[in-house]
Amino acid sequence: MKLTLKIWRQKNAQAKGKFETYTVEANEHMSFLEMLDVLNEELVNQKKEPVAFEHDCREGICGACSLVINGQPHGPMNGTTTCQVHMRHYKDGDTIVIEPYRAKAFPVMKDLVVDRSAFDRIIQAGGFISVNTGQAQDANAIPVDHDVASSAFDAATCIGCGACVAACPNASAMLFTSAKVAHLNMLPQGKVEAQQRVLNMVKQMDIEGFGRCSNITACEAECPKGISVTNIARMNREYLGASLGSEKTA
Amino acid sequence: MSWFTKFITSSLGQKLVMSLTGLFLILFLCVHLYGNMQLYKGDEGYAYNLFSHFMTHNPVIEGIAYLLYAFILLHAIQGIALWVQNRRARGGQGYAVKVTRTTNTNSFASRNMAFLGLLILVFLGIHMGDFWWKVKFGTTPMVTYEGEDYQNLYALVESSFRIGWIVALYVLSMVGLFFHLLHGFQSAFQTLGINHKKYTPVIRFLGWVYSIIVPLLFASMPIYYYFFK
Ligand code: SF4
Ligand code: FES
Repeated sequence: MKLTLKIWRQKNAQAKGKFETYTVEANEHMSFLEMLDVLNEELVNQKKEPVAFEHDCREGICGACSLVINGQPHGPMNGTTTCQVHMRHYKDGDTIVIEPYRAKAFPVMKDLVVDRSAFDRIIQAGGFISVNTGQAQDANAIPVDHDVASSAFDAATCIGCGACVAACPNASAMLFTSAKVAHLNMLPQGKVEAQQRVLNMVKQMDIEGFGRCSNITACEAECPKGISVTNIARMNREYLGASLGSEKTA
Repeated sequence: MSWFTKFITSSLGQKLVMSLTGLFLILFLCVHLYGNMQLYKGDEGYAYNLFSHFMTHNPVIEGIAYLLYAFILLHAIQGIALWVQNRRARGGQGYAVKVTRTTNTNSFASRNMAFLGLLILVFLGIHMGDFWWKVKFGTTPMVTYEGEDYQNLYALVESSFRIGWIVALYVLSMVGLFFHLLHGFQSAFQTLGINHKKYTPVIRFLGWVYSIIVPLLFASMPIYYYFFK
């Protein structure tokens, strides 16, 4: 199949970018990223600069691949990362517009690559457990209700890809942050630092310049891992509880 | 900064301000609507004028009225501030192809809360100039019931709702209010942290019912007076 690609090209973080149009010959068995590999091979052969895009595992688990494809982060299918989108979902003659994530907290570094280190700093602010949790426990030694374990696991499936920010009209990072807060705060080992965790992570999220959630739910619609906005409600109430309830006055 | 300032100026704190003031305004609309329904009594404004007299002369209600003005301002100012911050967070360069899918709220309403809110704010300015200002500072016609003088607010209503553009503005604003509430009602609960398997479906349903019924009844009044009186 012959495809027309409109791709955002930008030399570096300072440069002004613009769309360039390319044509590429792909087949339906290729993944989206393989299709871009084909394009890049051609560009290299023509002694042109290949298109920079991020990828790592290519099996939907690392969250490195990003890309906004025809206006949707991770492309047209629900619950799928860019690397798992296959060309069978496109047909001969299609035009595909490929843009980087757009958010002030995710500045474009080059072409389709954005700097997502803001997420790392949110994790550094509280996405860990620093109390001693002892040796690896025997199975069921720590009682955790089955539903709680499932919800915590669902939250833990967030791969930190940032599609929630890219999709949100407010560029809010609430879905990501709330998933990380929920995942740790629901489990016994995480409960010890629960209040401080939510306060610190929200604070860092604000410092990074992400927007304020207005419950549009575009994040939930585009999240490749189906992270639910119920996590945001949980974070709202934990933040409220921690702010009003904790004894810390400063 | 004190813990409270930190809390209330954080992203989540600001959202909480929107949620709480919004819920208060939702309650207020019920009271306002109850008053307006007196117009349909068919008694040439007797019940309506008595009710508005009560609402403007009871000291407790007057106290609450000042709270209401403060909350309206707070809701508007905080809303605009959030809108500005969110635009900034989005950054200068927008998407060439725009798609916003949502999962469980009205996409148009949720994306345009600020504009819908501004429409309602402009409406509120005109509406308050039309009634509130005249009652408080202007001259209203008077009417006598059982030997006592009352401000004849009913006469104001009748004369205002005879003017075509006012009727059009009121109806348009109520359409705006419908969309604003459609997202705002349930959004207020989500922001409060209430998202629950048992209660959220009920909240959503109530939100729908409220967003349709309340603006519809408000809009029915100018329409009734313009076309059928
Ligand atoms: S919440 Fe979903 S969209 Fe956001 S970073 Fe995690 S996996 Fe990606
Ligand atoms: S490359 Fe790892 S999730 Fe796509």
